[in-house]
Amino acid sequence: MPDAAQNDAFVEFERVQKSYDGETLVVKDLNLSLPRGEFLTMLGPSGSGKTTCLMMLAGFETATHGDIRLGGTSINNIPPHKRGIGMVFQNYALFPHMTIAENLSFPLEVRKMGKSDREAKIKRALDMVEMGAFGGRRPAQLSGGQQQRIALARALVFEPELVLMDEPLGALDKQLREKMQFEITHLAHSLGITTVYVTHDQTEAMTMSDRVAVFEDGRIQQLAPPDQLYEEPDNSFVAQFIGENNTLEGVVKEINNGIALVQLDDGELIDCNPINVGVGDRTRVSIRPERVEFNKDRLKEGTHTIKAEVLEFIYMGDIFRTRLRVAGNDEFVIKTRNAPDQVRLEPGAQIEIGWLPEDCRALDA
Amino acid sequence: MTDATNNGGPVLAADGTPLKKSLAKALRLQKMRALGLIAPLLIFVMVSFIIPIGSMLFRSVENGLVSETLPLTVAELQQWNGDSSEPPGEEVFSAFVADMVVAIEAKNHTRLGTRLNYEKTGMSSLFRKSGRKIKNLDPAVDGPFKEKLIDIDKRWGDVETWRTIKTHSVGITNGYFLNAVDMRRTPEGAQSQPEDKQILITLFKRTLIMSLAITASCILLGYPVAWILANLPARTANILMILVLLPFWTSLLVRTSAWKVMLQQQGVINEVLVWLGMVPDDARLVMINNQFGTIVAMTHILLPFMILPMYSVMQTIQPTYLRAAKSMGATNWTAFWRVYFPLSVPGIGAGSILVFILSIGYYITPEIVGGTKGVFISNRIAYHISSSLNWGLAAALGAILLAVVLVLYWAYDKIVGIDNVKLG
Ligand SMILES: Nc1ncnc2c1ncn2[C@@H]1O[C@H](COP(=O)(O)OP(=O)(O)O)[C@@H](O)[C@H]1O
Ligand SMILES: [Mg+2]
Repeated sequence: MPDAAQNDAFVEFERVQKSYDGETLVVKDLNLSLPRGEFLTMLGPSGSGKTTCLMMLAGFETATHGDIRLGGTSINNIPPHKRGIGMVFQNYALFPHMTIAENLSFPLEVRKMGKSDREAKIKRALDMVEMGAFGGRRPAQLSGGQQQRIALARALVFEPELVLMDEPLGALDKQLREKMQFEITHLAHSLGITTVYVTHDQTEAMTMSDRVAVFEDGRIQQLAPPDQLYEEPDNSFVAQFIGENNTLEGVVKEINNGIALVQLDDGELIDCNPINVGVGDRTRVSIRPERVEFNKDRLKEGTHTIKAEVLEFIYMGDIFRTRLRVAGNDEFVIKTRNAPDQVRLEPGAQIEIGWLPEDCRALDA
Repeated sequence: MTDATNNGGPVLAADGTPLKKSLAKALRLQKMRALGLIAPLLIFVMVSFIIPIGSMLFRSVENGLVSETLPLTVAELQQWNGDSSEPPGEEVFSAFVADMVVAIEAKNHTRLGTRLNYEKTGMSSLFRKSGRKIKNLDPAVDGPFKEKLIDIDKRWGDVETWRTIKTHSVGITNGYFLNAVDMRRTPEGAQSQPEDKQILITLFKRTLIMSLAITASCILLGYPVAWILANLPARTANILMILVLLPFWTSLLVRTSAWKVMLQQQGVINEVLVWLGMVPDDARLVMINNQFGTIVAMTHILLPFMILPMYSVMQTIQPTYLRAAKSMGATNWTAFWRVYFPLSVPGIGAGSILVFILSIGYYITPEIVGGTKGVFISNRIAYHISSSLNWGLAAALGAILLAVVLVLYWAYDKIVGIDNVKLG
């Protein structure tokens, strides 16, 4: 298995550390390998070291320790301009004194490509992002979304095998962002380029990526495809960070047949799926709002249920969002689909809720 | 709403007046208020700047002295043919005596002598000497005067004397401007000055060439400094910025004198070179009282004016531009030359305009370290203002300098575009 991973790994970080000031590690022991053609997203809160990782890969920062390999060869000592990696920056970094065509021509000129070849490639790249008519304009004459497309075209025009993007959609409004998310993934997949994408927006990460690396405090907390990340978070940071999530705190009483009995802080007992806890540990129990059930008939015989008081009912069109008080937690949310037979819970009602033990993950506290 | 859009006439405001008119009314109030706010400064600038400069510029063509001091003489001289070889007749002489008596009373005749001396040497002494004797004549009874005046000084019988007076009796003259470009106004029209008096064109050329040299050396020295400042962390940059600004807080005279100490033949640099054996003791370098000294000292003094605009422009150049260029395969040099440098050109332009315009009119430093070979046109202007008192010529030189600066500014605007200049 490690041999196989070694073989098709295109980009590899091995035990990489980075410190800017010699006192604190901004990146702590980063291990990552991605195969050719993968779209990998680095997701994490601001300051977690995502940009630093990207800059080490691009060659603008040097790793304090460890090895970064591209296509099997170590690139630690290769200057950025020889790495052949395309980059898209958050502020686009389009050269303001050049026209769009000149911007795209730049990477081809430094590669000493002939004029006719250049023109053909520029045209192809502009057509690819549907900006064919804008070659003569200056960046300042384009809207944010158009500049974004040009930045993308410029990063792709010299046909790199690896493209890095650092929060490329951060400056766009929501609608445009969603449109571009789709276009970028589509392009990356149709061209077969390996992409490392950085964002702090989890929806963006979920919708675009083959795999997501969740960063926190200079470490990868979990590296998994989006569905696995959402449904099977490895620890409570990932559970909190990805999607909406309810947490309850307690102590693991016993573990039988892979099901943990957790006593919550107010004394109630619930069944959970133990992930990274043992008997006697404090735990933070995580359950997704849409996996909570208040219809007894749908629960398995013998599952523990727990009392809840309805605090608020919000009609959101496609779903109902109900806020409950559960074991002293006022922010417990459940989501139910707006179906014809769906019950609308009244504020003040006392109900009993439960869930399948495998949907309720007992994670580190 | 409906009638305003439908009838095709002017758009009307709610009260029926045309929209344009009511907009203008609304804006007028704003404009008046803005004007009120800047009025104190406007008045100050008018009184302390525009009016003095205007009057100084006017002096470059104004020439009332001869016709004001000798009104009767100038009127009589109209009849006299300046081309003839005969001095004018008795009527001019008696008018002249009448004018002079009045002028001597008011002590104006020496001024007139000085003025005419710019045009013909000896006029000053002629007027002073004759003045003492004419004072005792009574224009009503003592005539005829032709013989008497020629007796007092035989130069009154010289046609040239009267020609000079006649030539310069016009109220508005181009004489000063002709002088400023090494020519002179003669009865025969504009002619070039004698060889030994032709210095001003040379001075103009030297001023321009040396200002260019100073600007160029400021660019060469300032660009790397500005680049480093713009790329350091803010804290360090601020400390280094103090070093750049330090010269501003030191008196100009102190700085210039320091260069005198450094550059003179017994100065620090020569001593060190001699001590190191790189220069023989009997052939010490001459680095001061020449053009080299002026260029060195002025480059030092004007360098902050180059660095500051460059720095503020470079600060706005995002480092991601360079990174983007390198990620696309550009070497450090290509990234600099194709991306960074073009973006920093507005700063170079702004700094160059500042330094060039400042140095073209600089006075103190060339005066102290320039010797005779390294002085600028402004030193000549100062000489005419305070020593020779030929304010007309000084004004004409100043006007030409101003025109040169404006022409260069205009040319720069045409070539580079003035909106490409950024001071911050
Ligand atoms: N050039 C730098 N010098 C010093 N510290 C830096 C530098 N760049 C980033 N950092 C620090 O490193 C940490 C990680 O930053 P970064 O990689 O930019 O995080 P992210 O992109 O995830 O927001 C932050 O604490 C930041 O302050
Ligand atoms: Mg970042």
